[in-house]
Amino acid sequence: MRAQRLITPVTLFLIAFFVVALPAERSRDFDGTISFLAGFATTVGMYAIFTLALNVQWGYTGVFNFGVAAFFMVGAYTAAIFTKSPADSEYVTYIGGFGEILSPPFLNSDQWLPFLVATAAAGLMSGLLALLLAVPTLRLREDYLAIATIGVAELLRRVTIQEDGLVNSNRGLIGIPRPFHDYFDPADYKFVYLAIVVVVLVLVFIAVERGIRSPWGRVLRALKEDEQAATASGKNVFAFKMQGFVLGAVIMGVGGAVFAYSRGSVGPATFEHFFATFLFWAMLIVGGSGNSRGAVAGAFVVWGLWTITLQLNGYDLPEVVRSRIFFIRDFVVGALIVAVLLLRPQGLFPEERRVSIWLDRQMRRQRRLPREPDQEAEA
Amino acid sequence: MSTPAGRSTDTIATTRDRLRNLGDTASASGLWALIALLFIWSAFAQTQLFVVGIIVGSILALGAIGLTLIYGVLRFANFAHGDMMMLGAYLAFFALTGTVIGEQTNIDVDAGWSLNRLPGATSGLGDLSFGYGFLIALVLAAVVLAVLSVGLDRLVFRPLRRRGSGIVIFAVASLGVAFSIRAIMLIIWGPDPRSYISGIHRAQHYPFDIVLKTDQIFTFSVALAMAFLVYLLLFHTKLGKAMRATADNPDLAVVSGINTDRVIMWTWVIGGALMAIAGTLLALQANLKPELGFGLILPLFAATILGGIGKPQGAFIGAMVVAVSQEVSVEFFAAGYKPGVAFLILIFILLLRPRGLFGTTS
Repeated sequence: MRAQRLITPVTLFLIAFFVVALPAERSRDFDGTISFLAGFATTVGMYAIFTLALNVQWGYTGVFNFGVAAFFMVGAYTAAIFTKSPADSEYVTYIGGFGEILSPPFLNSDQWLPFLVATAAAGLMSGLLALLLAVPTLRLREDYLAIATIGVAELLRRVTIQEDGLVNSNRGLIGIPRPFHDYFDPADYKFVYLAIVVVVLVLVFIAVERGIRSPWGRVLRALKEDEQAATASGKNVFAFKMQGFVLGAVIMGVGGAVFAYSRGSVGPATFEHFFATFLFWAMLIVGGSGNSRGAVAGAFVVWGLWTITLQLNGYDLPEVVRSRIFFIRDFVVGALIVAVLLLRPQGLFPEERRVSIWLDRQMRRQRRLPREPDQEAEA
Repeated sequence: MSTPAGRSTDTIATTRDRLRNLGDTASASGLWALIALLFIWSAFAQTQLFVVGIIVGSILALGAIGLTLIYGVLRFANFAHGDMMMLGAYLAFFALTGTVIGEQTNIDVDAGWSLNRLPGATSGLGDLSFGYGFLIALVLAAVVLAVLSVGLDRLVFRPLRRRGSGIVIFAVASLGVAFSIRAIMLIIWGPDPRSYISGIHRAQHYPFDIVLKTDQIFTFSVALAMAFLVYLLLFHTKLGKAMRATADNPDLAVVSGINTDRVIMWTWVIGGALMAIAGTLLALQANLKPELGFGLILPLFAATILGGIGKPQGAFIGAMVVAVSQEVSVEFFAAGYKPGVAFLILIFILLLRPRGLFGTTS
């Protein structure tokens, strides 16, 4: 039992150790290592947003989304279309380009206003897609939605490739502007963006935690555990499922927007199934579905493993391993998810049994009160 | 309760039942009519594409029959099915050519033994582009993948079953398996496309302006023969009866004294063999590439759900419908939209009749 309890801290420590130690040992340069770690933390933060969103859908609501890529893609492309300038050459064609319209000349609005609007639009579009998809599938068996979401992710990716004037086909969109970029030295910008990602992540985290610890969140949990019992208690199962699914999709859209500003370019290759759906499932399963802290920890552990495998390539590995390191990394992530499901299905952070702000408050108050002797005897 | 009131509720209930039955019959016959219309129209208006669609459909059917049996008997959506089909195709490729990648992923290495080295194994049989070596490779791949499938069930799915995991856990596990298998194919055979036979193989002209390669006729015959074998097995043997009973109602099957463990094992054996044959025949039409496996998921599931989960005869018809629609769609949309056609069929079925052509309500 004690060994079981040690798994989570030991895993987190080992990953953190190697993520810091490998680049530090290889570069032997403090600034370089810090800069690398900032990039690593930014990526973990962005993926944690997706994993939290997936946790809202699967961990809390029990809705089965195998097409995260679709919502990711819609969010990222929407953000790009809203912040970029209009297309101006015959080789680069895409719709929209509202960046300049959204920048009226006051308070340097071009540095923040388009991004606010674009991020909201990204969430909105992604939520709308979820709404459309939920109508035919959400009333049916839970795995039908999984198949339908895989389908919509594949179809949308095809559309972006086939329709030349939509989002520049296979070439993708490059030169997506970045928020507050002109205020800072380009060398320091990655720290600024890390701060932005952390702010968004914290906001999403608080919103999700608040939501799940409310009566609304407890209905979601109830219908995940036992749909018939929830129906019998007079809850409109379809409406609640829909809300959980759409909320998750909105967060994924926002995550897509944050990703687009961070990378500065998005294209169909970014939204391959392995990268844009499966990785988030791996993160959620490893971290523990039904637990927000688990979702963030999962993003850290899986992306940490991902990075460590790449770092290992700088060492003196046998050629057979070195040339296949990407494939081996894919295998490690695939096998990891199966291993976790078999050996530790609850993940690093097990699902919380009690989700209520009110109860938490009561418990805290009780702890603060001095206990009376007879109460102790009763207990 | 007074008699008149009781009678009136009875009447309402019966009327509702009757209306439901009517709606059910209407959706079923509407669907059949649409399918008939699609086949007849495309057979006359797009004969060439229709014929190609039927051939591709017969291959897809083998995959879909395996998928629907696993879906029915084991009660979960096997998202690794497409990648396992691709693995089967690679196993045949390995048996045939003995090729793997070496230290560098872009340089091939010879394993030292292969079917192609047998005397006369590569000389074409009749008008076919391949020799008897390919036939042996096909059988070998089927046997090996059947064994691997049972092994995979023992390693991953049986422990989950024993623990009583929900269908979603199975599905996520199968997705993990899918990506692991893809990574293994990349590690052993590399990312570059492969093909069984090098060189160009010429097509023959047939009546009604149909142009086909002899290989395609062979593919179609093998696929039909396999489907017929599976039909005999499922509908004329005791094991088949047990499998269909388990797919219909697992609890009832156990109560009736059916050995579910044995049924599950045979489901994987049949599913695995069919996957390998389907994957190999599909790769014979085009080529092999590890990434192609996951793309098969959508047409396979569209066919399975269209036919009704757990219904092999439904999967067969579903596969034909999906493949013919995909081929004929090329006339109207860009070829890149083929997976989109499967998706539209899927959504259409889920809206109109989620239990499919032969499915029972459960």
